[in-house]
Amino acid sequence: MQVLLRRLRSELFATPADGALSVALITLLSLGAFGFLRWALTQAQWAVVKVNSTLFAVGRYPIEQQWRLWLLTALLVAASGATWGLLRAHPRPDRTGVLWPSNDRLALALLALIALAVPFALGLTLAIQSRWWGLLLLLALCRWLAGRYGANLSPTGRRLAALVWPLLYLGGMALISGGLGLVGVPPSEWGGLLLTLLASSFAILLCFPIGVLLALGRRSELPLLRWGSVLYIEFIRGAPLITLLFLGQNILGFLLPGGLAPERVWRAAWVLTFFAAAYLAEAVRSGLAAVPRGQLEAARSLGLSYPKALQHVVLPQALRVALPAMVGQFISLLQDTTLLSLIGLLELLGTARTVMANPAFLGRNGEVYLTLAVLFWGCCAALGLGSRALERRLDPHAVPSAT
Amino acid sequence: MSQPSSELMIEARAVEKWYPNGFQALRGASLTVRRGEVVVIMGPSGSGKSTFIRTFNALEDFQKGSITVDGIVLSNDLRNIDAIRREVGMVFQQFNLFPHLSVLDNLTLAPVLVRKRPKAEVEKQARALLERVGIAEQAGKYPGQLSGGQQQRVAIARALCMEPRILLFDEPTSALDPEMVREVLEVMQDLAADDITMVVVTHEVKFARHVAHRVVLMADGEVVEEAEPEVFFTNPSHERTRRFLDQIL
Ligand SMILES: Nc1ncnc2c1ncn2[C@@H]1O[C@H](COP(=O)(O)OP(=O)(O)OP(=O)(O)O)[C@@H](O)[C@H]1O
Ligand SMILES: [Mg+2]
Repeated sequence: MQVLLRRLRSELFATPADGALSVALITLLSLGAFGFLRWALTQAQWAVVKVNSTLFAVGRYPIEQQWRLWLLTALLVAASGATWGLLRAHPRPDRTGVLWPSNDRLALALLALIALAVPFALGLTLAIQSRWWGLLLLLALCRWLAGRYGANLSPTGRRLAALVWPLLYLGGMALISGGLGLVGVPPSEWGGLLLTLLASSFAILLCFPIGVLLALGRRSELPLLRWGSVLYIEFIRGAPLITLLFLGQNILGFLLPGGLAPERVWRAAWVLTFFAAAYLAEAVRSGLAAVPRGQLEAARSLGLSYPKALQHVVLPQALRVALPAMVGQFISLLQDTTLLSLIGLLELLGTARTVMANPAFLGRNGEVYLTLAVLFWGCCAALGLGSRALERRLDPHAVPSAT
Repeated sequence: MSQPSSELMIEARAVEKWYPNGFQALRGASLTVRRGEVVVIMGPSGSGKSTFIRTFNALEDFQKGSITVDGIVLSNDLRNIDAIRREVGMVFQQFNLFPHLSVLDNLTLAPVLVRKRPKAEVEKQARALLERVGIAEQAGKYPGQLSGGQQQRVAIARALCMEPRILLFDEPTSALDPEMVREVLEVMQDLAADDITMVVVTHEVKFARHVAHRVVLMADGEVVEEAEPEVFFTNPSHERTRRFLDQIL
């Protein structure tokens, strides 16, 4: 206690001016927090969120088909837990790693809190609440199993294990949209968080290779390739996304090979992809510029072909440098999906607007927007945390540490 | 010191090179290197030493003259270039180790990818090479965690792991602190005793005197003087060489 007081004193009240500033800031902050809490607890009526929670989550996805989404969520949770555990079981060769660092325990505790509190607060039925607990248990179980037994996995085994993710993505797409003997659920019935995540993950995954190719094209020695890339990047970056979205709805059906973009949702997802690729290309270009010339020369002098030198020497370094900028790009891409509501798609914001237009929930905009903000914040925080962990793992200069 | 055979490993004739900006860096440079020979190239800064040896493994192109390396005529044919690069290793002034790979992976990358050799076998060889250059215990570290001298020794081991017949060195000790220069030169001297052919751009007079079979002076994009070390340092035949030696000795 004494120590705490002394520390508070030295950090907040070192000089009279510091003290005054601290007092002013503390007052402002507590006023803000107090006002917010008073609104959230007394004024706000959270029924609008409780009643519409399914709508926010998946839009008008048919109820009798929603087991598919639960199944997919369970698979994703299992894969996440297993990956998490495997990563801990295989620390980098030059570092030591503990199986259960304190950060991991904290993360699991936080997730447990969320899995218990949020479904309860939303007033979901006990059956649904218990599903969330089940998911939490599944995560912990996979994390524990993979951590416990994952160390025995050979490098080939690990590489195969990584393949789970692309398979899961493709399988997930099939689960969501139907096919393979399942009833089809057309994209027009997807909505809410589901649509937001689908559109953004689709765009993030595809804009990455396109962006890398564009960045390489921009540095190429072939004039046609170079000018083509420059033209594309500058054209896309010069136009507001919303105009491109409208443009895409009108002309993408002609531009892409038949069948690739039959639906408005897919057309919009492609536009997002092409848009993000141009920005990503610039991030990758700055990463490429940061790799010294000598790296390519050393690789070439060892006999590596140009593509191999790029793949094994230049790109890994360039992408590591570009990673923070790229993730920033992904985060703004995630937020840009809200523009889809302007072309009439019912992603999170679109769903929110239909809810707020319902006379039963008139004037409940604050609650709805706050929910949206928290959801987006959660997704972006996850992206940011993931990227920082990746950065640390890839950083060849980082001091050995437990994380 | 092993004696070079009469087999020609590098034969460069009247090589002329212009950089894209129009600057002529090589003005008819010629050099022949026999198998097992250690040739040291000296010369003032900007005389084209780096440019010249970089044409030997096609890191730089040239416009006039001809170069034959290990019987392969250097041309713009891509297959040709790949074949030559497999036979010629290079060690750079700035080491140019791959910072994102462990020391061991730096060594095994090319043999596995280019020579398609089994990883386990290459790793064994790589460890032996690291042992030879005196840093076996650093195999799992990353280049950024090593000293300059250690990095350069890794770079030498990396080049050796491809089992080249020719090794090119471009000022391998110029970026090193004085106390690390010796450890690298010792490794190079150890190599010179082998059958491998070495072309070394360096200003280390002691190395040139005791290890080289021949010392070459380059000036203004040409080879000016070519002589055995004793002759080169004590009784050069060209005025240009004498002036250069006055500056560095
Ligand atoms: N990429 C380039 N474009 C244009 N000129 C160049 C380029 N690289 C080198 N030069 C010029 O060519 C000449 C020879 O350069 P080179 O690097 O071969 O010299 P060097 O003898 O190795 O010198 P140093 O001892 O400084 O390394 C120099 O005058 C240099 O300025
Ligand atoms: Mg040089």
